[in-house]
Amino acid sequence: MTSRGLRDRVAIVGMGCTRFGERWESSAGDLLVDAATECLASAGVTGPDVDAYWLGTMDSGYAGLTLSTALKTDYRPVTRVENLCATGSEAFRNACYAVASGAYDVVMAVGVEKLKDSGFSGLVRRDPPDDGSAVESSAPAAFSYLVPAYAAAYGVDDATMREVLTHIAVKNHANGALNPRAQFRTPVSAETVNRAPLVAGALGVYDCSGVADGAAAALIVRAEDAHRYTDRPLYVKALAVASGRGDGALDDRVSFTSFPEVVRCAQDAYRQAGVTDPRNQISLAEVHDCFTPTELVLMEDLGFSERGQAWRDVLDGAFDRTGRLPVNVDGGLKAFGHPVGASGLRMLLECWLQMRGEAGRRQLDNPTLGLTHNLGGRPGKCVSFIGIVGSELS
Amino acid sequence: MNAGIVAYAAYLPRHRLTASDVAAARTGTPGGRGERRVAAFDEDALTMAVEAGRLVRRLGGTPASVVVSTTNPPYAGKNNASAAHAALALPDDVPAYDLGGSYRSVPGLLGTAAPGTLLLAADVTVGRPGGTDELDRGDAAAAVLLGPAEQAAVRVVERATVTEEFLDHWRAPGTPFANQWEERFAVERYLPLLDRVLARLTTASVDHVVISSPGPRTARTAAKRLAPYGPVRDLAGVGHAGAADPLVRLAATLDRAEPGQTILLLVLADGCDALVLRCTDRLPAARATPTVDRQLAAARPVRYLDYLAWRGLLDRAGPRRPDPAVASGPASARNSRWKFGLAASRCGSCDAVQAPPQRVCVRCGAVDGATPVPLSEAGASIRTFSVDRLAFSLNPPVVATVVDFDGGGRLEMELADPDPDRLRVGGRVRMVFRRRHASGGVHNYAWKASLEEETGD
Repeated sequence: MTSRGLRDRVAIVGMGCTRFGERWESSAGDLLVDAATECLASAGVTGPDVDAYWLGTMDSGYAGLTLSTALKTDYRPVTRVENLCATGSEAFRNACYAVASGAYDVVMAVGVEKLKDSGFSGLVRRDPPDDGSAVESSAPAAFSYLVPAYAAAYGVDDATMREVLTHIAVKNHANGALNPRAQFRTPVSAETVNRAPLVAGALGVYDCSGVADGAAAALIVRAEDAHRYTDRPLYVKALAVASGRGDGALDDRVSFTSFPEVVRCAQDAYRQAGVTDPRNQISLAEVHDCFTPTELVLMEDLGFSERGQAWRDVLDGAFDRTGRLPVNVDGGLKAFGHPVGASGLRMLLECWLQMRGEAGRRQLDNPTLGLTHNLGGRPGKCVSFIGIVGSELS
Repeated sequence: MNAGIVAYAAYLPRHRLTASDVAAARTGTPGGRGERRVAAFDEDALTMAVEAGRLVRRLGGTPASVVVSTTNPPYAGKNNASAAHAALALPDDVPAYDLGGSYRSVPGLLGTAAPGTLLLAADVTVGRPGGTDELDRGDAAAAVLLGPAEQAAVRVVERATVTEEFLDHWRAPGTPFANQWEERFAVERYLPLLDRVLARLTTASVDHVVISSPGPRTARTAAKRLAPYGPVRDLAGVGHAGAADPLVRLAATLDRAEPGQTILLLVLADGCDALVLRCTDRLPAARATPTVDRQLAAARPVRYLDYLAWRGLLDRAGPRRPDPAVASGPASARNSRWKFGLAASRCGSCDAVQAPPQRVCVRCGAVDGATPVPLSEAGASIRTFSVDRLAFSLNPPVVATVVDFDGGGRLEMELADPDPDRLRVGGRVRMVFRRRHASGGVHNYAWKASLEEETGD
């Protein structure tokens, strides 16, 4: 496979992001306007300066019209993309390619999701008609499959697994409490997490990410043009996507203790970025903690922990805000909320703020390389995105 | 009948409803005697007919035709037997028909069906909550494979019948509840019919008498009248299983009968039918497992409120989730062997089994050339599992599992009749045919996994 990457060829020069949450007062169009307006302002440009748009939304509107009619763009091309929960990252990735190709100078990637108008709990998708033979398990159930499989594979008892998952939930809620844009801004205690009503398997309410409305946007230009817009751009080091074959769902040799898609995606991303020692080279990681066991398994798939050891590293605080590799400093999907199409761009926002020194009470000490990991689908059958961004050209 | 029975089976759904539990739920005080079998929320006449048919099919042989009889068909107009045919993975030149929809259908079919017929009878029967017959009725299925008299395990020695019209039990189509006139009326009508039938028989004595009647008082009175013929074999714990009742009771007696013994089967429904049967040396080989007794012993209680909800008599709040989608007709037709027959694919290049069938092999990438491999009779082990409290179900929570089949292949499957306390990685399951839901008037039939009984057969 050839994957040349775009290392240092494009840069993020502006970002915007709404508050995530149950935004009863805002439509998808309102959220798009809010995020895009903030994004333009942060780069000191106006709408007509943007040559093209990439819109990511899973289910909140068809076609580029969802964006162009809300923003009243001047007959600019708008490409609507969808890749399940990795939709926002996919909008960003394709927007970067458009700039790198030379086709456009200034493009915006925008992600939006309006989930709370449906009246349903959790995520609801409009799936195509089918034969009805597949189990209609919910997303929390599908991700809770990781728990018994991981526990059995590495001999972790139920009480310790609970402690590990609770640590992740408490950590991300503590981080989210410091984030004015987050859906949940109240720290939660381990006791609260442990006593929460069960949703699926071992997962209680506090093991699940927030179902939220929201939008986020990034303005992308060629790297050599970046300083025209900002003194502190973010350079794109790697953009990798691995779309699964369904191995885990079909092949009885595959375990439920890993996402093969993420492992392959990480190999590609690290090679593109020249990362050889992710544990020490990466300053912060925003990963797809849709459910607490997802974050646990991702620590191994992303190479942050040895196989079978992430549960110990989690308990040791390795991924806490003060740990050796802070993960989900902005609260993650868990506390920031998960408006599907916006989440991938929201992850980039934290890298943007941290590397510009604008993260307020969450500010890390001089971060230089950030990783975003976005996952669509479920264990057994998923798509994985990894982006790596840095504050310096290499 | 110019044929005999060459194989037989009864299928009892696992759940039982007891008079004591009903009394406790209704009055706050447990008490009373009796119990009935209850189809689970995801069982109907078709799924139970399929389960009975599977038990018989395991004894070997391919039927020449299939008939399905029930008073409670999942579909009207549409041939329910076609779905049974698909679930039993029968060749397309074996015809399958819905025949008959009364308590009297089975004796008629036994008397007229050709050798090679696989007769499936099944019913879900509902009495009005609080009515006297709520516990007298039951849910069950039975299957008999007919064959040439010379190969039969059970031969018909003689047969007598009378037909008479009177209104003692009925159900209006589209309504769930069976109705009955005052049963003293039925008793007075049936006894003379019984006498007329008996007068037409030359047989005066048998080893077992089996009585099927929708009226318990009628059955008791008939039993007294028939006592001179031989011991009357009652079947406690099931209830009158509608169209399947005569065969379920016959199966229970055949389980205990010995070669050479004779059986008088009497069906009292809108007339009276008598069959005198003789068991041959082939009887032990015609007996499916598990036996009726064994299925009776494996009963599991169902709470009265759950029973009412399962039958649609109680509307319960569910999770805030959309109603399930209607299974697409064209998609179901394309995938019929998979959806109904649980036929996976085996890669023609590397032998990897894949469920559902794949055109491109997930292991070696070979395109097409795979062969079907049936998984419905395969054992499997649980790889991981989850009790899903968010997913839609008529009986939440859904227990979802990922299972690995013994001969290869992996599939996410819902657990039928789940027992969450017994869930563990490595747990053994077998496949069962169920109805996941009915949405928009369309039944979504699906295979589920069921935990093996820990004590095994």
